[in-house]
Amino acid sequence: MKPNKLIKWLAMSGVAIGSVNMAVAQEDDTIKVGILHSLSGTMAISESTLKDEMLMLIEEQNEKGGLLGKKLEPVVMDPASDWSLYAEQARDMLTGDDKVDVIFGNWTSASRKAVLPVVEEENGLLFYPVQYEGEESSENIFYTGAAPNQQAIPAVDYLRSQGVERWALLGTDYVYPRTTNKILEAYLKEHGVADEDIMVNYTPFGFSNWQSIVSDVADFGSQGKKTAVVSTINGDANVPFYTELSNQGISASDIPVVAFSVGEQELSGIDTGPLVGHMAAWNYFMSVDSDANYDFIDNWVEFTDDETAVTNDPMEAHYIGFNMWLEAVREAGTADVDAVKDSIIGVTVPNLSGGSSAMMPNHHITKPVMIGEIQDDGQFSVVWETSGNVAGDAWSDYLPESQNLISDWRAPLRCGKLNVESMTCEDGAGDE
Amino acid sequence: MTPTHTTIFRLRGEAGSRRVTGLKIAPRHWYCLPVMAVLLVWFALASPAQADVSPQRAQALLQALDTDDFDAKAEAAQAIAASDAAQKTRWLEAFLDGRLGRERDGERFYIITDDSGREWPIIDAITFEDAGTGSRRSVDAFRINNTLRTQLQGLIASLSLDEGDEATRLDAAKRLIGEVDAQSVDAVATQLDNEDSPAIRAEIETALALYRVEQGEGEALATLEGNLDTRVRNSLTTIANSDAPIAADAEKVLAGIENKRAWYERGQTLFFGLSAGSVLVLAAIGLAITFGVMGVINMAHGELIMLGAYTTWMIQQLLPGQPGLALLLAIPGGFLVAGAFGILIERSVIRFLKGRPLETLLATFGISLILQQLVRTVFSPLNRRVNSPDWLQGAWHLNEALSLTLNRLGVLIFCLVVFAALWALMRYTRLGLEVRAVTQNRAMARSMGVRAARVDMLTFGLGAGVAGLAGVALSQITNVGPNLGQSYIVDSFLVVVFGGVGNLWGTLVAGMSLGVINQVLQPWVGAVLAKVIVLIGVILFIQKRPQGLFAPKGRTS
Repeated sequence: MKPNKLIKWLAMSGVAIGSVNMAVAQEDDTIKVGILHSLSGTMAISESTLKDEMLMLIEEQNEKGGLLGKKLEPVVMDPASDWSLYAEQARDMLTGDDKVDVIFGNWTSASRKAVLPVVEEENGLLFYPVQYEGEESSENIFYTGAAPNQQAIPAVDYLRSQGVERWALLGTDYVYPRTTNKILEAYLKEHGVADEDIMVNYTPFGFSNWQSIVSDVADFGSQGKKTAVVSTINGDANVPFYTELSNQGISASDIPVVAFSVGEQELSGIDTGPLVGHMAAWNYFMSVDSDANYDFIDNWVEFTDDETAVTNDPMEAHYIGFNMWLEAVREAGTADVDAVKDSIIGVTVPNLSGGSSAMMPNHHITKPVMIGEIQDDGQFSVVWETSGNVAGDAWSDYLPESQNLISDWRAPLRCGKLNVESMTCEDGAGDE
Repeated sequence: MTPTHTTIFRLRGEAGSRRVTGLKIAPRHWYCLPVMAVLLVWFALASPAQADVSPQRAQALLQALDTDDFDAKAEAAQAIAASDAAQKTRWLEAFLDGRLGRERDGERFYIITDDSGREWPIIDAITFEDAGTGSRRSVDAFRINNTLRTQLQGLIASLSLDEGDEATRLDAAKRLIGEVDAQSVDAVATQLDNEDSPAIRAEIETALALYRVEQGEGEALATLEGNLDTRVRNSLTTIANSDAPIAADAEKVLAGIENKRAWYERGQTLFFGLSAGSVLVLAAIGLAITFGVMGVINMAHGELIMLGAYTTWMIQQLLPGQPGLALLLAIPGGFLVAGAFGILIERSVIRFLKGRPLETLLATFGISLILQQLVRTVFSPLNRRVNSPDWLQGAWHLNEALSLTLNRLGVLIFCLVVFAALWALMRYTRLGLEVRAVTQNRAMARSMGVRAARVDMLTFGLGAGVAGLAGVALSQITNVGPNLGQSYIVDSFLVVVFGGVGNLWGTLVAGMSLGVINQVLQPWVGAVLAKVIVLIGVILFIQKRPQGLFAPKGRTS
């Protein structure tokens, strides 16, 4: 048995124990849904929840009668937080014995970049649920997380409306923070912020020696202008960062921190008492007030059998993506990839914040943007929200190299990187 | 912000609320609205004792909070504070905690008495009668934002005015700096005359001096000399850059201040470096025993650290509400758990691989992966939250420019204690003697009657136990999760090799100096490059001096 097969077998046997329904579904009359999330290694902390969520959604759909009269069958693999293994297993899913009809998966941009050539070559479908840096549009990938204009820019606008004049952009050293901060810097300068009022700092993954950086930020913020920290610090490094902030006595009323990678799940590892008032920008918070959300939370608590289970933004993204895919398959009458690719554009499904989200021609979706302040119970309270949905923009308007680019995967154009000035497709014409 | 103005009144004493209207409410500040709110409350407080208001009035007061507009909420909160309602303090406190809410399909208002679960016990907000339970579906809790939170804290403080408390007065005095203006200067001066406490007097004098300097009085500059407050520095910078007649003098004072700050900043960097170093030393010192003394390359060392951290978490789970006691108990607990695992690893794997370093390396690497996945399966891949006791939270403020965070200070002291204990153990006990004997010449030691196998086992257990202690300390400053150990294993080897294999002092000096070098470099080149530079530096150093900082004496190889 190949190691991949072994892992898959193990994962599947786990699934079979978890749900009796699955055993009933037989090979031929099922539609296969690939779930490509790391269940071991560093990323397991974030991704294993999404695997469970997908299993829940599939189980719910099967209870409702499946899709097109067929049962949905999950195919779970564990890429073990190894980027190249993501690509390998995606290929295995698309070409191996299973031949999945759709993949829900990935978390980090690095893993998405690894899978991208595979899904394009094998003509698969990938739903990617995490906020990311933009500057990408693939015919085969649907980006249900936020693009920078659906998270970073509105957050900065909110802070500016609160009187912030100095900006410390702190991030982990990899592609998402670097691109996001590049966009933010360009955006801030366009709005008249001087060079010396912007501080940029990058730290390695899992960084924990925050003392001198936090003390630098405190110093930066003590020059008489209202200062805020925009944090793209990723994962594990957040807990020591916030601990250091509270120990050095920096509260949200002195220097507020708005984070793009800190959600309910990350906060479950921190005592949030000293962090009350610091902010996060997302398209969904667990505290969002809507019946759809309360139903989702109830189902999730029941599924995980854990009263304290939390939901977060990438989970909502998968919820939206899964429902969009279902709708598109129903509309197309088949789970065939090419048919679904065409029918999904324009599909509108309810999201968890009480509105609905639509799939755009650039394979991004429309969502509301919210700013939440951390509460002492580890939840966020929404203090600001865009008046309507914001459409995801694949190519940022604030970077000189991409301001003329758009993406449109509809029939005549079929181009992910169209230069509107020269009207040429920079990565060549689409498949057809 | 808001409390500033509240407390000014307290400072002025009898100067009285008559003057209040004259107080400058700077329109350039975005927080002027809450400030006015507090002023109005101040007037209201002058009104006689509270009485019960009619339920209709109470209903109307709470009704006003039910809006999405934070400015309107601010006004409503201020109206509540100014009202006669006997319940107003409780309302505002519940509002501040996000526990005041309204029935979703009805007119009643509730206070949530415990919002920890998903079903909350609630009471009626007006009568305080028990109202059963509610959930997020049935009760819509009113939201607040940062600005409103600051204002509410001010309102609540002003409702429970506590005159005469020295800490409060000191706090108020500190907030005065930069806030004194033409209207309030006399009152502040009167307050200075009435004040006895030297600390508070100093703050008020600074505030007054800063005001006078801003008005162009050069003599007042003397008071500000060497003052470390950032507001003083900012004001002086503005004056020094202007063309005021005192600009040159201000610049001189400013230079003195900057000079003094620079020294404190160096002190602070040193502390940061030592505390970062102490973490390295703690993580490495167990390895200095297993790798340094025994020569076993133990790749599972990081996971033994992780086990110590998880032990801390488990003991905290067993003793809810007593994080301090749990942490103290975790010190022996973490040592024993990690030590037991260490002995298990030694007995089951390492002793069979004696003298085969490559196989030991691979086998222990395998063990480290097994332990990681074991923890993931048993405890979930999510990080666990280890609470810090109060005495390890916050910072020790020596002055405005220098403060030492208590958790780091605690780890630094703990590191030195562990080091001293370990050193004494190796130096003065029989076990230490036997360990040294076995390390220096195994065959000779055995012929002298030392049971080398038993010594190996105990030494390895000791090294593992110390790794467990490192885990207990790390639980206070970083994540407790399955990956905790991975991030320290490379650094630990680096420290041991740099310090000189087999030498405890070497590990201490190496760890501390790497920590300091790293923290000195960090502001210059960033965290990523600082680490790279340190690594290259150590490699070059090892090229030049393969035996490390402290060469082992004698004929050990």
